[in-house]
Amino acid sequence: MSTAASARAADLRAGDAKAAPLGAPKTAAGKVAVWADERTGIAKGASVMLKKVFPDHWSFMLGEVAMYSMIICLLTGVFLTFWFVPSMGEVAYQGSYLPLKGITMSEAYSSTLAISFDVRGGLLIRQIHHWAALMFVVSLSVHMFRVFFTGAFRKPREINWVIGTILSMLALIEGFAGYSLPDDLLSGTGIRAAEGFMRSIPIVGSWVSYIVFGGAFPGEAIIPRLYSVHILLLPAILVGLFAAHLILVMVHKHTQYPGPGRTENNVVGFPLMPVYTAKAGGFFFLVFGLLTLISALVTINPIWAYGPYDPSPVTAGSQPDWYMGFADGALRLLPGALEFEIFGFTLSLNVFLGAILLIPVMYTITGAYPFIERWVTGDNREHHLLDRPRNAPTRTALGVAAITAYIILFLAAGNDIMAIRLQMSINDITEALRVLFFVAPVLAFWVTKRICLSLQRHDRDTVLHGRESGTLVRTAEGKYYEVHEDLDPYTRWKLVSFESPAPIAIGSGKDANGVSSKAAKKERRRAKLSRFYFKDRVEPVTPAELAAAHHHGEHEAIEAPSAAPQAVKRAKQD
Amino acid sequence: MSDKGLPATFENPGLPPHIHRAADDDPRAAKRAERQVAALFTLSIIGTLGFIVSYFAVPNDTTVFIPFIGKTILLNILLGVTLAVSLLGIGFGAVHWAKTLMSDEEVIEERHPIASSDEDRAKAVGILNAGAEQAQLKRRPILKATGATAMGLFALPLGVQLAGSMGNPTKALEESKETIWDVPEGGKPIRLVRDVERTPIKASDVAIGSVFHILPETIKDSKHVLADKAKAAVLLMRLHPSSFANDSLGEKAKSWGYEGIVAYSKICTHVGCPVGLYEQQTHHLLCPCHQSTFDVTRDCNVIFGPAKRALPQLKITVDDEGYLVAPQGFAEPVGPSYWERKK
Ligand code: HEM
Ligand code: FES
Repeated sequence: MSTAASARAADLRAGDAKAAPLGAPKTAAGKVAVWADERTGIAKGASVMLKKVFPDHWSFMLGEVAMYSMIICLLTGVFLTFWFVPSMGEVAYQGSYLPLKGITMSEAYSSTLAISFDVRGGLLIRQIHHWAALMFVVSLSVHMFRVFFTGAFRKPREINWVIGTILSMLALIEGFAGYSLPDDLLSGTGIRAAEGFMRSIPIVGSWVSYIVFGGAFPGEAIIPRLYSVHILLLPAILVGLFAAHLILVMVHKHTQYPGPGRTENNVVGFPLMPVYTAKAGGFFFLVFGLLTLISALVTINPIWAYGPYDPSPVTAGSQPDWYMGFADGALRLLPGALEFEIFGFTLSLNVFLGAILLIPVMYTITGAYPFIERWVTGDNREHHLLDRPRNAPTRTALGVAAITAYIILFLAAGNDIMAIRLQMSINDITEALRVLFFVAPVLAFWVTKRICLSLQRHDRDTVLHGRESGTLVRTAEGKYYEVHEDLDPYTRWKLVSFESPAPIAIGSGKDANGVSSKAAKKERRRAKLSRFYFKDRVEPVTPAELAAAHHHGEHEAIEAPSAAPQAVKRAKQD
Repeated sequence: MSDKGLPATFENPGLPPHIHRAADDDPRAAKRAERQVAALFTLSIIGTLGFIVSYFAVPNDTTVFIPFIGKTILLNILLGVTLAVSLLGIGFGAVHWAKTLMSDEEVIEERHPIASSDEDRAKAVGILNAGAEQAQLKRRPILKATGATAMGLFALPLGVQLAGSMGNPTKALEESKETIWDVPEGGKPIRLVRDVERTPIKASDVAIGSVFHILPETIKDSKHVLADKAKAAVLLMRLHPSSFANDSLGEKAKSWGYEGIVAYSKICTHVGCPVGLYEQQTHHLLCPCHQSTFDVTRDCNVIFGPAKRALPQLKITVDDEGYLVAPQGFAEPVGPSYWERKK
């Protein structure tokens, strides 16, 4: 502890070391602080907060990017409201974009043109808003992946997983609502399709569409309504949920990756004041700056090039923002044969499944996952140490399978572009993607699980036989071998500190008296799932195994490391 | 296997020893870091000033050509780049500061179980029970019942107001069937007009292989142009009569047309995009949204894609001046499917 910096760190470690009495404040800032504390008592809470420790890892910044993008959306969105006119009232365009001069269009479209061409800096704000919206959805999704693959959703963080799931779904809807506001040809076509989606809802579809549009499509109501949804209703819910999300992160304290010194009972990292504040605060400016730079250089959604919405012109290559691509892809894959007549009524499952059901079903499964896994494992402990994805092979494989299915749908949204690029028939591509939607996730599952298991085996080898040191040694008999260096205890700890639960035994589905009961059957189902999860597993190296390996190594020159096969244990049940 | 008195699992070795950075020990390295951070902050200040100067000095409509990007509005580039410099300067400065000059020694904070202690729970339950007791919740079941019902119902009026006043859905079914092609009892057939120019069109204007985007002449009296267009837009094509399929579908298509000129609703039966890409050679109509493909020679039945139903055909003929007219509206609702479509 030679430097001042580490001495400060030691202070923090000592925790509640008594501070010297302050006396009357002398600086202006001190006076304000005292004024505020006398009215709020904020110093008590602040000192706890400022000392809070946050572990450092690049993957923990993904959530931050999402948060910052959302804040940037909120900020630039407020700017846009000052010039945007959410009205479908018709005007003849008189602004400075000459190609559209005199054309009849909605006030929404003409005001968006004004933001782009007549308001100084308006285009920049508009583009930051749109790029930040895209960044928001991307970072939120990748953040979700991080949480999933590391098992951060386990007890006690299930509620935050569910909140995150809802946030993610609302972000899609918020983005769609915003994208629809300018009332250009592309977004109008999107709204037109949305009307088709609503109509596909069994029984109430045409009523829902009439209620939402306030009459026949497009009417005059939809833009103002989407506007209040976009700038008031959804942002309020997003901000509320996001606040709850953050509060829970504070309450739970952040998870951390396994490593030396990290346990289930501590958090190792940097204190909020000053390190984390500087890093996270600086990071906000980095995200904002990067988004601004992109917005300066790369045009997004050039609505002036599309023209105002009109139901009849053809919009070649019309595609929604990328995050709606998967739903669009689902619509392209669902065959028309799924439309039926029942008792004279029309059931349009080809639309309903992809456009209305897909998103809620997808998010319900996502939201339910922690509860399913917990039921299978029966694990009721708190988990604050993350899993390395390889150490939870089945979960990791399930995640990759889900992402694969998503990617197939996403690709399907570009079936026309693929057909042109690859010079193939769109028919064949669509058929192939239909098959792949079912086959690819299974394959992805299998491959991922194998990869995880072999990475785990590799870890075992590294622990047992050490690292190749690069030094060749000649034995008395004239054989050569490479010296393997033992891992230091810190590196080794990373590779051995995980659990590898065994599957629970499968019962007969009957209770103690030989009568088949509901509870016993449920237990049997659970055991089967547990087998699915844990039958293939690799156990961490134990000290005894390491000792045995050493012993072995001392007697024989190592020829080929072949300890792997015995490492995989298959549960012998059934 | 835990022979030889070895533990069953490895033990956590604790935090590794802390390794000092250059700036921790070397005052010159620290000074250098300080200067770098200050330079970044200064850069930010320059960016901010640059933004303000650009905002006032650069006209709105000057465009520049920038390699890889193309022709863009100068003001947007200048404002964006200067603002980015202003923000990135602060961002890089703060992060660099944290990484070089602030402590990089990790701190340990204890965790405690999230759940409250049994006493705390008992206390909370006790307070709740005592409160319920005081409120006489158990002794007066009628209060509980009516109170709960009232609470359950109070949001209903708000819901009714909202849903009830959003739009009148009772007209949904009948309006879904109507288009402005519909000819009132005993009314005159409606002329087909070109979509943009709104001029009527003669059969002789329609060459084989050509396509026209069509609206009804009644569009000029429309009070809701977009809404009416959204259902009434039509595509007009002329095929050689021998191009039509030799089956009942082809026959029907031909007989509802005029000398090989046929008119179909342009609104996709999938979810309603305008179907407008016509392939002359194959006589296929393609929807740009999800690639539903309709075969004009077979009454616009679906040959590929997610749509199920054929595009509705508009029956046409010519009036005494030779202009194409529609003597009646569509025989079925146009556009996407809905539950009561057949009713
Ligand atoms: C975090 C959530 C948000 C997302 C994902 C989002 C997304 C979008 C998108 C994609 C657009 C289309 C922009 C374009 O024209 O290219 C848009 C437009 C718009 N947004 Fe947002 N937005 C969000 C929050 C907000 C907030 C909080 C406000 C206002 C308080 C707002 C106000 C507006 C306005 C006025 C427009 C229309 C003006 C225009 O299109 O240029 N947005 N939004
Ligand atoms: S709207 Fe035409 S294919 Fe979907």
